[in-house]
Amino acid sequence: MKIIILLGLLLSCLSLNATVKINGAGATFPYPIYSKWFSEYQKENKDVEFNYQSIGSGGGIQQLLKQTVDFGASDAPMSDEDLKAAAKPILHIPTVMGAVAVVYNLQGMPNNLKLSSDVLIGILMGKIVKWNDPALKLQNPNVNFPDKDILVVTRADGSGTTSVFTEYLSNVSEEWKTKVGNGKSVSWPVGIGGKGNEGVTGVVQKTQGSIGYVELAYAITNKLNVFALENSQKKFVVPSINSTSRAASSLTDKDYNSDLRISIVNAKNKDAYPISAFTYILLPIKQGNIQNSEIKKFLLWALTKGQKFAPELHYAILPKRLSESLIKKIKLLKD
Amino acid sequence: MFYNLFCRHKCRHDEVIILGMRILAATIVLLLVLLTVLLFKLAWPAITKFGISFLWEVRWNPINEVFGALAFIIGTLTTSFLAILISTPLSISVSLFISEICPKNIGKILGVFVEMIAAVPSIVFGLWGIFSLAPWVQDVVTPFLKNTLGFLPFFQGPSYGIGVLTASIILAIMITPTICSFCREVFRTIPEHTKEAALAIGSTRYEMIKIAVLRPSFSGMIGGVVLGLGRALGETMAVAMVIGNSPRLSLSLFAPGTTMASVIANEYAEASNAMHMASLGYVALLLLVVTLVVNGFARFIIWKWSPKI
Repeated sequence: MKIIILLGLLLSCLSLNATVKINGAGATFPYPIYSKWFSEYQKENKDVEFNYQSIGSGGGIQQLLKQTVDFGASDAPMSDEDLKAAAKPILHIPTVMGAVAVVYNLQGMPNNLKLSSDVLIGILMGKIVKWNDPALKLQNPNVNFPDKDILVVTRADGSGTTSVFTEYLSNVSEEWKTKVGNGKSVSWPVGIGGKGNEGVTGVVQKTQGSIGYVELAYAITNKLNVFALENSQKKFVVPSINSTSRAASSLTDKDYNSDLRISIVNAKNKDAYPISAFTYILLPIKQGNIQNSEIKKFLLWALTKGQKFAPELHYAILPKRLSESLIKKIKLLKD
Repeated sequence: MFYNLFCRHKCRHDEVIILGMRILAATIVLLLVLLTVLLFKLAWPAITKFGISFLWEVRWNPINEVFGALAFIIGTLTTSFLAILISTPLSISVSLFISEICPKNIGKILGVFVEMIAAVPSIVFGLWGIFSLAPWVQDVVTPFLKNTLGFLPFFQGPSYGIGVLTASIILAIMITPTICSFCREVFRTIPEHTKEAALAIGSTRYEMIKIAVLRPSFSGMIGGVVLGLGRALGETMAVAMVIGNSPRLSLSLFAPGTTMASVIANEYAEASNAMHMASLGYVALLLLVVTLVVNGFARFIIWKWSPKI
């Protein structure tokens, strides 16, 4: 009897020793795809165990700086000060891409109404307050807009979604840049705030005449009406995982060789959706660390086999050229 | 060994227990002090930068690092007092009905149901608020209030369902079980023969409730209301989901607002810079002060107005 127990203990010790536990923390936006990846990856590699806490991008960066996690994840790239504060150099690895959809709810209106950046700024600045404003009619001449107030719905909590959205707004409007600016939480000139993507979705669904912004996945799964936005080439593009991927295809070789802390809002490609962004895994460059080399193996898997899981969860995959250059970069790192 | 020690010195037995209790009691006080110190430490950069003017500054702009808490203070006070205004008559009538008017057995069942409201998690209230209460407020309550009290500035302007009024109604529902069970306990302490005496001198049931039940329980009821107010001041999740979270001041109750607790919950996790975090700490400190002041004030009322029999 004793021998069996001892054997059992020994076995469990062995199996414990064999698994490598990897801790990560950060953005909530890529959490669904990351957990899918971890579970799929673990099916093939039984000796690695991932534990990812979706505490928010800011929290992920803080934990990484305190070195309590093996990798971080963030929607917004790290600032120069944060990079300087890090104990080890940190590599930004884009994993998938996301888009922010501008959604609306107005009875009797068709989906994919056109919205130019000027009109969007006008609405968010509180200058355009009615749906039947001539500016809206100009782009949608065949639509009869009702004489109804526009209700702007924003994110009340600090979020990467707001950061990407306001980055786009600052990019297209000098006035927005100086009066409001961009960040995870900003002082909105008008509107009401919902808590989380689900909060904004709920308010938009329940309120006639509302306009809000949510992550693309929320717009798709909740069947919200989305605006076709005007991109940098004056073309109106509906947000989709394809038009989001296009936003990264205008990157140049110079961009690929940089640290990839680049913005792809309002990208130059003519089919690109203008409010697109990368989400990053933040990888500290370490040597002789077993966790670190396992993360690299995982990233190589995620950038190749893993990408095919992205579309079903409404994430846009990286353009091939980008993922290939990333793989090259990761392989160059010494273990 | 310890057991032996206690057995040999039986007389010290009590002393040890009393000492232990004293330590535990002191820990609670210490906890409050430590909490305040910690908040002070967190808020210190904001306190030195904005000083007391933080209290009447309206702007809250994380980008320009200009912070002020006026909108949050007003939002918290408005929603809490409105909730008390709605909830107090409701809870007192419900508890009167349960303990005095309806048959005992039904009263027991009703009481359990009312107390079960207290067990509903606040996030569930929040979701219910967004999907059921807010549209109802927009479609039914708002037109009614506009038609009857529309001349007052509080009931003007557009309503989106989400706003101060909806948040107050949610709060009122959430604090009703607290006030209710407190009032029932108070009513239970009234001796049966006092009520019988009131009936014997010829009062009707209504008069009996008025003179023999309500009047002697006045300070007790205030105590219940204060407990409810305490919960309303600090309630976060449900309010954050239905209040609209906009730090702009408006007289209208239909307009979106924000509260101290909800801004902390919303912005804490992703505070954009150190000053933002410190300002949130400052707001938390103010919330603590407001709660203590309101509680102190209510205690003063109880002490002042206690019936002197």
